[in-house]
Amino acid sequence: MRPASDASHAELARVVREHAGRLAASLMRVTGDFATAEDLVQDAVLAALQHWPVEGIPDRPDAWLFTVARRRGLDVLRRESNYRTKLAQLQWPVQPEPDERLRLIFTCCHPALPQAAQIALTLRVVCGLTTAQIARAFLVRESTVAQRITRAKRKITEAGIPYRIPDAEDLTERLTEVLTVIYLLLNEGYLSTAAHAESRDLVDDAEWLAALLHQLIPTEPEVAGLLALIRLHRARVAARFDSEGGLVLLRDQDRSLWDRVAITDAARLLTRAARQRRPGPYQLQAAIVACHAEAERWEDTDWQQIVLLYDMLLHLAPSPVTRLHRAIALRYTAGPQAAMSELDNLADTLDSYHLYHATRADLLRELGQPDRGRAADRRALELTANPAEQAVLQQRITWT
Amino acid sequence: MKYVLLFVDTEQFASDLEAMGEAERARAYERVHQWFAEHADKIRGGSKLQSPETATTVRLEGGDPVITDGPFVEGKEVVSGYTEIEVSDLDEALRMVKTWPGCPVVEIRPLES
Repeated sequence: MRPASDASHAELARVVREHAGRLAASLMRVTGDFATAEDLVQDAVLAALQHWPVEGIPDRPDAWLFTVARRRGLDVLRRESNYRTKLAQLQWPVQPEPDERLRLIFTCCHPALPQAAQIALTLRVVCGLTTAQIARAFLVRESTVAQRITRAKRKITEAGIPYRIPDAEDLTERLTEVLTVIYLLLNEGYLSTAAHAESRDLVDDAEWLAALLHQLIPTEPEVAGLLALIRLHRARVAARFDSEGGLVLLRDQDRSLWDRVAITDAARLLTRAARQRRPGPYQLQAAIVACHAEAERWEDTDWQQIVLLYDMLLHLAPSPVTRLHRAIALRYTAGPQAAMSELDNLADTLDSYHLYHATRADLLRELGQPDRGRAADRRALELTANPAEQAVLQQRITWT
Repeated sequence: MKYVLLFVDTEQFASDLEAMGEAERARAYERVHQWFAEHADKIRGGSKLQSPETATTVRLEGGDPVITDGPFVEGKEVVSGYTEIEVSDLDEALRMVKTWPGCPVVEIRPLES
């Protein structure tokens, strides 16, 4: 037994995550019933979070979790004699099992489930988060998350959502669905400043999921692309917030705080993926971030390359938000006026998006119109709920 | 698992069908027949429905039954037919429906077992 303390909170999360999905997969094999397996895993995780901080993390956490789930299972399934017999026969250690977490992931991220449920299920079943942890991370009520999970599990059973890896013809499409869930976790975690011990770092879960997926399907370049994207973000996270927790813009970040080794590794991962010559939105986004990450100084940024990558990204996945980001890069290759005209084209579609107005504000100042710039910043301020972004905008309105 | 496929027509689809020439329409129907033939082993029954104008709805919710003409929901999308299928799971149903050559919307609804 290792003693657990506050410092081992992260360790606790890591150990649970490492084993929750495997436990779910073995219980799936025994019961053949997703909802039952899911319930038992959640029970075991809750028991672990209760016992381990006091008693320490057991030497074989997998066996511990399994024993709890099995005991609970025999209890819960009193009426289902079929499961009971199967569970009773099961002893630890079981035969080494193939990693079946991929099946779990595809079931959790089935397109017949609403996206919020896909996210909640994946976090609970594959990463071993509790309902309470999910609710805290997404700032929603615990009962809301619980209801999403219950409904999704009912649909899996009643609508016949299968527990298997999709056929080759559907794989790319279904993989896109899974990658979207991971990408949303990255986005959700990216702007959160929460560093207190009790809150879960969703970026951590996003990276772990992407790495697991990459290990299980190493041939898919978009999986590698998303993993590289997440790692490139994480490598620079130390510079994104100042000592008071304020957001530091890319231009002003202390690049000596960036993890150069991690950046090089992620860039290498991306290069290997690109060799397959099957470009996709995640590889391109990662390539854009790599352009920033590999620049020693802000002045060294290869904006030509970045604009080019945005052009390719827009070709594959047209979106007004991507056009906005391209316009920001365009400012450094073609000047503020060119960027502004591009922004004018987006006025209708992005009027309710705070970054559109914050970017306009920046350009207006550069074009010598500080009053209009402040007005645009005020509009941006109305539109964002993120405290870190609010602080940056407030500061700009006050000082420029 | 058993599912019912609810085929849903839209105004656009109906007018597109009307605008087709005789031969083109025959080809469109042929594609639908072919789809049914290809999946014959999974199809357990079903039928095309008469147009929504032929529907009669009876509401029993408050006291006396109220009889109205027309379908129970008035909208741009109307159920125009149904087919019961038996397949292994939702993915198989989805794969089948993705190649459906007829009306633009299909709802897949599992049957209670």
